[in-house]
This record gives sequence, structure tokens and C-alpha cells, in this order.
Amino acid sequence: MRGARGRGAVRNYGTLYSLPIGLWFLVFFIAPLAIIAVFSFMQKGVYGGVELKLSFDAYAALFTPGMGKVLLNTVIVTVASTVLIVLIALPCGYYMARSRNKTFLLILVIIPFWTNFIIRVFAWITILGSEGVLNDLLRSVGLPPQQFMYNHLAIIIITVYAYLPYAILPLYSTIEKFDFSLLEAARDLGATKPQSMLKVLIPNVKSGIVTAVLFTFVPIFGSFAIAGLVGGEDTYMLGNYISDKLLKQRDWPFASSASMVIMLVANLGIFLLMAVNKKPQRRAVADSAADQGIQGKGAA
Amino acid sequence: MKPAAGARGSFSRAVFVGTIVFLFLPLLALVFYSFNAAKTPTWGGFSLVWYERLFNGSEALWRALGNSLSIALAAAVVSTLIGTLAAIGVNWYRFKLKKAVQAVTFLPLILPEIIIGVSLLVYFANIRLPLGWFSIFIAHTTFCLPFVYLLVLARLDEFDHSIVEAAHDLGASEMQTLLKVIVPISVPGIISGFLMALTLSLEDFVITFFVNGPGTTTLPVYVNSAIKYGLSPVINALSTIILGCTVLLSLLARNFLKYLAK
Repeated sequence: MRGARGRGAVRNYGTLYSLPIGLWFLVFFIAPLAIIAVFSFMQKGVYGGVELKLSFDAYAALFTPGMGKVLLNTVIVTVASTVLIVLIALPCGYYMARSRNKTFLLILVIIPFWTNFIIRVFAWITILGSEGVLNDLLRSVGLPPQQFMYNHLAIIIITVYAYLPYAILPLYSTIEKFDFSLLEAARDLGATKPQSMLKVLIPNVKSGIVTAVLFTFVPIFGSFAIAGLVGGEDTYMLGNYISDKLLKQRDWPFASSASMVIMLVANLGIFLLMAVNKKPQRRAVADSAADQGIQGKGAA
Repeated sequence: MKPAAGARGSFSRAVFVGTIVFLFLPLLALVFYSFNAAKTPTWGGFSLVWYERLFNGSEALWRALGNSLSIALAAAVVSTLIGTLAAIGVNWYRFKLKKAVQAVTFLPLILPEIIIGVSLLVYFANIRLPLGWFSIFIAHTTFCLPFVYLLVLARLDEFDHSIVEAAHDLGASEMQTLLKVIVPISVPGIISGFLMALTLSLEDFVITFFVNGPGTTTLPVYVNSAIKYGLSPVINALSTIILGCTVLLSLLARNFLKYLAK
């Protein structure tokens, strides 16, 4: 217990030590967030920017048919990618946790992760592009080239590729702590193998699944780089819309209100998942974040 | 771990092997085509022409790389200093705003990056901070801080707090305790935090995309626009070099940390 450490005459430097981080976040994190929260309720300036008049236009703009399509695209890509990622990451994490070469397998999963995100996307363009590997193969066997890019499937494949390790690592570290003899006990009691997995393993690694979903769903919902590089007008995601509005049209209120939606979804997601989990998820997520750091990049 | 029982894990093994192939295949394609003489994936013979093109006549790319490195270094140093101090404060003391500090350092981790990018861009425009090296540095320090803080905190949590009391009892001043006891025991955490910050900064695309300025950009943002303006196999050559360097550096860092942990 921290309080019972008996500081005696020693002064309390906690506030002093935390002052720099507090000030930094106040100025460069809280203040910017507060500004977009306020701007989302303001009017768009004539020459871009913002006019300080109360207005709900930026929120009304979210309910136009064009936005409906964008939101639908965002939800399709996010849900499909997250589901695929968790379905792939669960058996991977299980296999890694039961392996005798855990460190080696971990490194195998992490190495592709070390390359730059944009370069990983680029690698897929090399494969899927109109002049890419796949079309080259088609041509060499005399088939007409196909368009593999600019659709949802391409975006989902690359999104799964880019975010998969974020799910594998927390699932691996949760499954690793699981007592595997419970599975044998279930089998001895007559459960089939799939039953033992679904009814014994899954409920016991729920916190890992929750973390994996959190680490993938939230960032994918706000992503735009992949859809920007391999998507088209038809596959625009909320993130693409925001970056266009902000950088091309300088429409601050709209970019702000759309950001508020992303923030709301992120918080709702976290809230829901925390409610599903009885354990205090905040700490668990923080732990996993630290775990990821230790296993993922920093110390790996 | 118990020994394998029967055909256990044949399904999970298949998924894992498939995943590893899925993860590595695109990168292998990159490396392979970086040595291709032809501009398209059709094999046109072995050639180092793209490497040559990379080193001669890609000034903008090298400038972007220079920015990436200097920003990463600056952001890592500053976030390591501030984050370590905060971790020590939160770990050793009880104070009024402790809960607030803990909550606010947690937030950037769970917010999608685009929010941080958008809010910082609008904010910088309002406080009339010109976009460029400094704005990118501020943004990077902001998202690196929570990671450094958590990594140092994780290290400090493992520690027996009585050694600090012992230091105090033996008459060490706060400064002496900090520099001679607390900082040395948190060194592995500080180093992994620093390396993490370095990696995150070098890696970041989303936030930099918003806060970079005309003339000053980082490598990922540069590569993004290079891809948009037409693919060039020079990017393959660059990716191969980056891939080689990161694997090499990461292995070095890993061994270095193992050495420290002993």
C-alpha cells in the first residue's frame, strides 16, 4: 500500500514530478480536444475556419444521404476487419501460447510489424495493383487483368494485415496464463474438442478478447490511410471524409463534429466492453498496452 | 507446459502457419521486386537500378528521412524525460491530482489517432503556430508520452519500495534518492520507453499527415504521397533497406535489453 509507506519528514514531490506531464497534456491534448468540441457547435466561416456563432449545422450535415453511405462504409470495413482479425488471432494466440518456442513465434509475428505502416500498405499495392503481381500472373496464363483494388475487399484484407498483431499480442498474453489442464478436464468429462474450446477456453480469455477488439475496432473506425490509398469514392470512410473536409475545404466545424462521432463510438465501444467484462478493464487495458510495449516494440 | 497430447493444435497450427505466410508474403514481394530491372512486376532481370536511383536524385526523400530522424530523437528525449518523471511521481507518492494524471495519460492510448491529428491541426491554426518541424515534434511527443509513462511505471511497480525508505532513513536527500536509487532501478523501463517512443515517432503516419507543413514532412507522409503520385520501384528499394535496418536494430536493442536485465 502506497499510503502506508511512512514518508515521515520526506516531502511529497508527487505533484512536482507530475507537473510537466500534466501541463503538456493540458496544453497539447485537453485544450485541442476542447476546441474541436466547441467548434463542432459553431458556424463554418465564409473563407473556411470557423465563425463563433452557435449552430448545429455541422451535426445536421452528418445525417445527409451522402454521409449515410460514408458511415455505412466505415461500419462495414470496421466490423468485418475486426471480426476477421479476432477469428484469426484467437487460434494464433492459442498456438503460440502452447508452443515450446514462444519467443521465436512472437518474433515471427512482430517482425512484419516493425516495418513502416505505409510501406506495409504499399507492399499490398505491389500485389493487388493493376500492374501488380496478381495481374501479372493472370496475364502470364493468358487471362484478362482484373481490378483487385478500389473495393471493400481490398481495404478489409489490408486492414486485417495492418492490425492483426494488435490482436494477436494481447490474446497470446492472456491465453498464456490460461490453465490448459482445464481443457483436458472438460474432455475427460465428455466435452468434444470444439465444446471445450467454446465453453472453457473462450470464457476464460474474455479479457484478452476484449482488449484485442478494443485495440483493433477503435483505431480501424478512425482510419483513413488504407481507404485513401487502395479505396475509391465508393469506399470512402469517415476518416477520409474528415481529412478532405479539413485539409481541402478547411471546414473546421464539420471535421470537428465528425471527430466527435468517432470519439463517441470509441468511448461507447470501451464502455460496452468494460460492461461485458466484470474485471476492472481500465487497468487490464493499461497492462496490455504496457505488455504490448514490452513485447512488441520497445524491448523486443 | 505440458507435452503435446495427440493431434492437439492441428487446426491452430494451420491458422498460425497461414498467418505467418500472410504476414511475410507482401514484404518478400517488396524485397524481391526491389532487385527487378523492369518497372512492372514482370521479371526483367536482376538489377540495382532502383537502389542507385534512391541514392542519386531523391533529395526530397532524404530530407524527409532527416526530418523523421531528428523529430523522432527530439520527441523521444522529451517524452522520456517528462514521462519518467511522471511515472516516478505517480508510483512513489500520493497527491491530490494523481487520479487526474492517471486518467489523462490513459486517454491518448484509447482515442483513435485521427482525433489527435484533427484536434492538434485546428488548435495549431488557432494559436497561429506554423506547421512544420516544431508542430510535428509537439504532436509526436504527445502520443509518445503515455507509452513511456506506462513502461517506466510497469518497471517501478515490480520494485520493493523499502529501498527508497532505506535511502531516506540513511539521510539521502530527495535529489540523491532520485538520481542514485530510483532512476538507476528504472533504467530498463526508461530505455524501453525511449526506444518505444523512437519507434512510434518514426512509424507515425496518421497524426503527422495532419500536422506536417509545406516543406517539412516525415518519411511515412512522403512515401504516402509518392505512392499517390505513381508507384516507383524506388519505394521498394527504400522499403528493403528500412526492413533490413529495423530488423537489425531491433535485434541489437533486444540483446542490449537482455544484457541490461541481467
